[in-house]
Amino acid sequence: MRLAPYQYSEIFDEMFAPDGSPRASGKLFVERLQTLTEGSLQQRQKAADISLQNMGITFNVYGHEAGTEKVWPFDLLPRIIDADEWKTIESGLKQRIHALNLFIDDIYNECKIIKDGAVPEELVQTSKTLRSQCKGFHPPQGVWCHITGVDLIRDQDGQIYVLEDNLRCPSGVSYVLENRELMKRTFAPVFQGMSVAPIEDYNEQLLKTLLDCAPEGVNDPTAVVLTPGIYNSAYFEHTFLAQQMGVELVQGPDLVVENGYVFMKTTKGLRRVDVIYRRIDDDFLDPKNFRPDSALGVDHLMDVCRAGRVTLANAPGTGVADDKAVYAYVPDIIKYYLGEEAILPNVPTFLCSDAKQREHVLANLDKLVVKPTNESGGYGILMGPHSSQEERDKTAAAIRSNPREWIAQPMLKLSTVPTLVGDELQPRHVDLRPFVLCGKEIYVMPGGLTRVALREGSMVVNSSQGGGSKDTWILRNGHSQTEINHAATALEKF
Amino acid sequence: MLSRVASSVYWLSRYVERAENVARFIDVNYNLTLGESDTLGDQWAPLVYTTGDQIPYEKRYGAPNRDHVLKFLLFDEKNSNSIISCVSYARENARTIREIIPAVMWEQLNQFYFMVRSAATNPATLDQPQEFCERVRLASHMLVGATEATMSRGEAWHFSRVGRLIERADKTSRIVDVQYYILLPDARDVGSALDVVRWSALLRSASALAMYRRQYGKITPNSVANFLILDTQFPRAMHFCVRKAQESLRCITGSQTGTFINLAEQRMGLLCSNMDYTSVEDIIQQGLHQYIDGFQKQLNSVGKAIQEDFFTSQQSQSQSQSQTVNENSQSQTS
Repeated sequence: MRLAPYQYSEIFDEMFAPDGSPRASGKLFVERLQTLTEGSLQQRQKAADISLQNMGITFNVYGHEAGTEKVWPFDLLPRIIDADEWKTIESGLKQRIHALNLFIDDIYNECKIIKDGAVPEELVQTSKTLRSQCKGFHPPQGVWCHITGVDLIRDQDGQIYVLEDNLRCPSGVSYVLENRELMKRTFAPVFQGMSVAPIEDYNEQLLKTLLDCAPEGVNDPTAVVLTPGIYNSAYFEHTFLAQQMGVELVQGPDLVVENGYVFMKTTKGLRRVDVIYRRIDDDFLDPKNFRPDSALGVDHLMDVCRAGRVTLANAPGTGVADDKAVYAYVPDIIKYYLGEEAILPNVPTFLCSDAKQREHVLANLDKLVVKPTNESGGYGILMGPHSSQEERDKTAAAIRSNPREWIAQPMLKLSTVPTLVGDELQPRHVDLRPFVLCGKEIYVMPGGLTRVALREGSMVVNSSQGGGSKDTWILRNGHSQTEINHAATALEKF
Repeated sequence: MLSRVASSVYWLSRYVERAENVARFIDVNYNLTLGESDTLGDQWAPLVYTTGDQIPYEKRYGAPNRDHVLKFLLFDEKNSNSIISCVSYARENARTIREIIPAVMWEQLNQFYFMVRSAATNPATLDQPQEFCERVRLASHMLVGATEATMSRGEAWHFSRVGRLIERADKTSRIVDVQYYILLPDARDVGSALDVVRWSALLRSASALAMYRRQYGKITPNSVANFLILDTQFPRAMHFCVRKAQESLRCITGSQTGTFINLAEQRMGLLCSNMDYTSVEDIIQQGLHQYIDGFQKQLNSVGKAIQEDFFTSQQSQSQSQSQTVNENSQSQTS
């Protein structure tokens, strides 16, 4: 098929160099695309869309009807990353998660980092996600954050930056796995022999991570996934993970605390639960310890957790480290605990709690992206260059009245990946969310969720706001020539 | 397994079975009324009786006629026993337990749901319901087939089977009750062409015609009643259904033949042994309608006991409120 020539721009494209030739990582893939007959890509895309609907791969959108199901939007063209670059990303992520776990443990216990002045006390004490109920708590294996989704972006200089850490209940990994499955079903001849790192063992790794962190002395631990229920936006993912790990998917009312342990209610009576992969926010986890009006949680769950008789993954209180103002200090946190420079840089960040930085932000609102420190899913963000005076005034007032709650970053130009739009390929902006598991060891899934802004020029990749997704290929080093020939033969029949 | 999950898998099966039965009733009835001018023109009322929803129907539509009955039974979302409602509830139940059912089951049910939804928006479906009813029946069979082929014979499978069989026994009993009484006054011209057509239709409502013929050959009212009520080989016969459901209950509880450990098993055992030692002559003598009435009451009490013994006994007040997906179903048997 014909590939639409890319217009050169200052934006970094993941597949093509500025002169229009494919980058090394995408060369083989582009060659294969070119041999496809006209229209077959569209045909495959259609087949993928039908599969998504039939398989019921959906997400729920809030705000319209309660729990409206939407089919997960998927684009057939992958994002490809070569092995060497991935190696750097992987070690950067491991370093980061290691340090963040040490940080959270320190914050709820000795607070050495504060005493040593590496992170201001004020910053931590004013974090809305700090949970006083967790003071003095040490989770099994010292792991607070078992599952992390780290958002990465590539700016126009080609550098990969960490945009944010999602340490509470990061979503999306099920879609990564389903995207890959779909890719294999619908795009097999192109996929074949590409030497893409496998991700299919994620569920196994997740189960191992959870069981590794079971309370001490439990020989054959029982793990469950705790969901708020079918109206949650990530409900599909909750069922997917429970199913793939072969554990029960429970809702709050299925659990009960008795005699200091957690049990689930079964047709044969109560059965003890040792590890809970919870997908409910801290506030709703335990009405007796957090929000009393929650109907989703389990009374006294936190007491059992503190007594070390059940493991919650992620542990309550991890949110303190994904506060966006704390984020600005992560390079310092890495340096403090590990004595190393951060391998993956942060996006330069201005803290509005600092008077000097705040003045800079207020003076440059039309150039910056301003974010609340404590929202997720892209809510409450001001995109300076695309904003109206009225919006800027409103944000300025909000910053002045509560500076701690705001940060600002320069407007980044997210890199692009060719995406099927009608009959041609057009560049669309992407980010990347790799998933990191931390148990006895740290595991980084090779790849992650590539989210794509489907609207032309848009940089908003959230699925709740019309974003789509792509498969992410991490190439292993070197293709054998036989593999390539074999795949080329297969392709001719396609 | 989790009580909530057991409840969902049980109701999932019941709803799919219910949808299939409604489709079959409509299909057979439609065929029966085609080409008839007046003698069978009022066949649409018994259809509503068979599903047990005559009161809500009359409240909303008044006298039964073809268009209203079809709409009510196929696509009326306010009717919790319409095909579209049953399939939606079944899918909602499946969504809450997606992690424990095989992927093919979920995909099959999901496609079933989309098929019904899209048929509901197509005006041609109501004009020509047969093809749709056929697709509903096939979709249900595919789901049952997928279940049989891919689900481990563990608790979930047994709860699914109990749900399906209890629903099926109930529906077959309704077919016999309603249709038999409508047909009986005409039984004096036994052997006439029209009579055979109607009795065959009754058997076809239960997908029982071919199997009946192999067993009895000629169609007589007593043999039909005997086959649909007491046969132990035909999978839609009431006796067959309760026997197999009892078998599954035993597998769930692990109790020995001739014993019981909870109320559900006790009631199921009573119902089974009653049928084991009854003959069709006893039933006719007692009065067929009275017999079926008693059967339905016993079956309901089994259903209630299952609910209490397995699904809700562990749950406190506030928790049972969250079982919204199942609540609509409590009114199923009137």
